[in-house]
Amino acid sequence: MLKEISTKAFALFLLMLSFGMNAQEEVHEIAPQHEGDKDLKTEIKDYINHHLQDSYDFSLYSYEENGEHHYVGFPLPVILWDDGLKIFSSSKLNHGESVAEVDGNYYKVFHGKIYKTDAQGTINLDEEHHATNEKPLDFSFTKNIFVIFAVSLFMVLMFASMAKSYKKNPLPSGMGRFLEPLVLFIRDDIAIPNIGKKHYRKYMGFLLTVFFFVWIINLLGLTPLGVNVTNNIAVTFALALMTYLLTTFTANKNYWKHIFWMPGVPWPMKIILAPIELLGTFIKPFSLMIRLYANITAGHIVLMSIIGLMFIFKNWLGSSLSFGLAFVLALLELLVAALQAYIFTMLSALYFGMAKEEHHDH
Amino acid sequence: MTIPNIVGAGLIVIGAGLGIGRIGGQAMEAIARQPEASGKIQTAMLIAAALIEGIGFAALFAA
Repeated sequence: MLKEISTKAFALFLLMLSFGMNAQEEVHEIAPQHEGDKDLKTEIKDYINHHLQDSYDFSLYSYEENGEHHYVGFPLPVILWDDGLKIFSSSKLNHGESVAEVDGNYYKVFHGKIYKTDAQGTINLDEEHHATNEKPLDFSFTKNIFVIFAVSLFMVLMFASMAKSYKKNPLPSGMGRFLEPLVLFIRDDIAIPNIGKKHYRKYMGFLLTVFFFVWIINLLGLTPLGVNVTNNIAVTFALALMTYLLTTFTANKNYWKHIFWMPGVPWPMKIILAPIELLGTFIKPFSLMIRLYANITAGHIVLMSIIGLMFIFKNWLGSSLSFGLAFVLALLELLVAALQAYIFTMLSALYFGMAKEEHHDH
Repeated sequence: MTIPNIVGAGLIVIGAGLGIGRIGGQAMEAIARQPEASGKIQTAMLIAAALIEGIGFAALFAA
């Protein structure tokens, strides 16, 4: 009996689904909006590209009213070097819509970069659609830098207060209750097995900092703040560069011997292996950089494309499907955020361990 | 995006997927055989998977 009812309910559900789809198709037949659809697609693409870029102001969202764009957020300082230091608020650039005048020079944002223009803000383009205007040296305090500073400040305050509480009482309290297992995990499961009991203490500072920094910033990227710092390749480059410098400058004799004169292989092999091993020292931090950057970028693009599908389907079935998919993917991204921080820390520890490996017989 | 690019991206994803799948499967088997070594196996599995993923992403950017 129960089975019969459930079968009927299922059939009814299927029927409703097919009606929903049919209704939608009819609407499309009445008003074929191929032009509009294409515009929507490019708009979504532009929006995703815009989200992936750094920007000169911190705006949460924008809306249109009476044909005017309104932005909710705050401007950040723009710092340029153009025959002297030029500092002005990015509100003068007005999100690329107006020309900023500073000391008789005119600047305009074009595709996320500041160019020097004339008073009308003319951008000269070549055949490949690249601007040929002069570009001033840009040291602006952009959104990414703002987030990096904010997260650094947050981490300093959080960990300083944690350290203080441990001085008073060895039992964890407050944030310490949540973070102590993570710190211990990094020490006992990442640092000690990979670097060894003798040398690990020296690297703990870097490993903990990099783990929490990457993790917090990855998590911030999933909030509706629209922050995305780790999908800027310059940021991951700087992080990987730190790992590279630490590995190179703390390495012992044994490490260099294994690179330039691999023990235990015949001498023609040693000559062949030396350049390969030397290249390997650069490839290791390079892969760190690419991995973090590509994972977070790919995650953001996929998540935003699926959210964008809602606006393309415009029916309840497609929209709810893409909502469910976006929800599941967001959960997956939560995992990826932690996993990438873990992998970055883990591989850094592995490289430090290689640099500190003592001599042993092969 | 041209057709060779799309085909290349597809091949990369197939290759990386096979690789990561094999690592995951073998790690499962290893954990089933020796549950007490699961921590070490997991770590090694994640490192290997991360390395393959890195190559996959590098190739995707080239494609």
